[in-house]
Amino acid sequence: MTALSNAAIDRLRAVANWPEFESDRYTVTTEIGRGGMGTVYAAMDALLGREVAVKVSNTVATAALEHRLAAEARVLAILEHPGIVPVHDVGRLADGRLFYVMKRVHGRTLTEYIRHHGDLAERLKIFERICEAVAFAHARRILHRDLKPDNVMVGSFGEVMVMDWGVAKTLPAVEEPRAIPPEPIAVTRPEPERTTTSPGTVLGTHGFMPPEQARGELDTLDERADVYGLGAILLALLTNRVQPITPDTTASAALSGSTSIARSLQSICARALAESPADRYPSATALGEDVGRYRAGQKVQAHRETPWERTSRVAHMYRVPILLVLAYMIMRTIVAFVIGR
Amino acid sequence: MPVFPPTRHSVIERMRSADTEIRRQAFGDLVEGYWKPLYKYLRIHWQTSHDLAQEWTQAFFSEALQKEWLSRYEPEKARFRTFIRLCADRFVMNARQSASRLKRGGHAEMLPLDFPAAEDEMVRHRLTAAPDAEEFFRQEFVRTLFERAVAEVRREFAAAGREVPLTLFDRYDIDPSPDVSYASLAEEFGLTSAQVTNALAQVRRSFRMHALEALRALCGTHDEYRREARELFGVEIE
Repeated sequence: MTALSNAAIDRLRAVANWPEFESDRYTVTTEIGRGGMGTVYAAMDALLGREVAVKVSNTVATAALEHRLAAEARVLAILEHPGIVPVHDVGRLADGRLFYVMKRVHGRTLTEYIRHHGDLAERLKIFERICEAVAFAHARRILHRDLKPDNVMVGSFGEVMVMDWGVAKTLPAVEEPRAIPPEPIAVTRPEPERTTTSPGTVLGTHGFMPPEQARGELDTLDERADVYGLGAILLALLTNRVQPITPDTTASAALSGSTSIARSLQSICARALAESPADRYPSATALGEDVGRYRAGQKVQAHRETPWERTSRVAHMYRVPILLVLAYMIMRTIVAFVIGR
Repeated sequence: MPVFPPTRHSVIERMRSADTEIRRQAFGDLVEGYWKPLYKYLRIHWQTSHDLAQEWTQAFFSEALQKEWLSRYEPEKARFRTFIRLCADRFVMNARQSASRLKRGGHAEMLPLDFPAAEDEMVRHRLTAAPDAEEFFRQEFVRTLFERAVAEVRREFAAAGREVPLTLFDRYDIDPSPDVSYASLAEEFGLTSAQVTNALAQVRRSFRMHALEALRALCGTHDEYRREARELFGVEIE
């Protein structure tokens, strides 16, 4: 009998559960990540000769979870945006489990990116792209509900992808009569009471979700819930640390005393992370635009400037013409002085 | 090929059967699945000599068979594996208190157990006492389970004359070198990557079938089997 090492046991446990596709199109090469709802594998698409990622439901015959995975695939399918990972295919494994195939994103999570890249301007550009992707989803009445640095990928060429839409929620349509097309995937339909998340259920990640979501008030969530998640991401980008926001480690505590973070940026972050949704930015677009204003040296909405701050900002914004005028005046003074002698 | 093994009654149900042959087979499964974890547990956790561990392992199963105390198992209290470990703990404590206790099983038939192989594994895997006795016992239980499943896979593929998939399985899953890949194996064996993929998928499927079948035979109840399967492979079984 073959004596198995601990490493062999671990590997057998993993590979025994690798998905078996009914066709030869996809070939799993390794496991990328595992979550409560599904496991993501790297695979080769033999038909198109490209690497893909395949997310497979962890369970068989659990209607509610299966429904959620199918919903995630549908959400991704309608969110065609450069900042949101596209879905290529969907189907069932030989054992009946649901899977969907998406683009394989090479790069690192924002958590890892923060550890290795210190340039604030680059970080803020990335943050604006995240805001754009989330705003795009909001425009299609979809909330992410689990925004955090681990759910953002930064690609090798600087591309930014918002990942893991597994707990996304479709908001009631406002103008368009229907946000999501009819369900093309044959899933086991759960009972009516299981199709939506019951009030009181907590979905998301503690420390990155807004207080109202942590309290399970899911019916009241709107775009401002994701604004809070974006604020948590901004906080991590500004402080160089990915840490959950708790009563002991609040955003203001993380920001206070930091002389290296501009006060206007601190104000933007604080507004995004406001306890009450009414005090936050009304949308991801508004948040992204305020960060854009900061980058452009303009006045941000979240911060009331002191006269000195205003002067400093304007001076910084117009530093080139101001320096030119100063140089011109000094030259004139020198010339006048020389001629006067 | 079915993904999950066909229904088979739990070890407890079979141990309680009126049919002597079924009871005998159930006891055989029990010994096969648990003797090595038990022996290693006695050696490592209870710090016994190999002679004493051998003697106690034999005596433990003899007494279990004679006194039928396995039938006292109550599924709502613990997993069957935990029950076995706790029985072993009680057995050792009693045995240490009374040296004569072991002689109660003295007339029982000795089981053909390969103790030197178990000793060899302990040395090879550098087994040391774990702070969590349950985790130690579980890991050794899984090791034995997987070794049995791999042995079944070997028998199945060898009988079908399919040595290449087995070799690929050994090279990629059992004892992989850092630079092994589907492409390198395909080149070495004159196959396409797709053929390597398919061959490995077949062996893995067979492995899972045999592992689940052995697991089902060693669990106290179907619910326990479902829980163990979920923990081992992350799959939900109806």
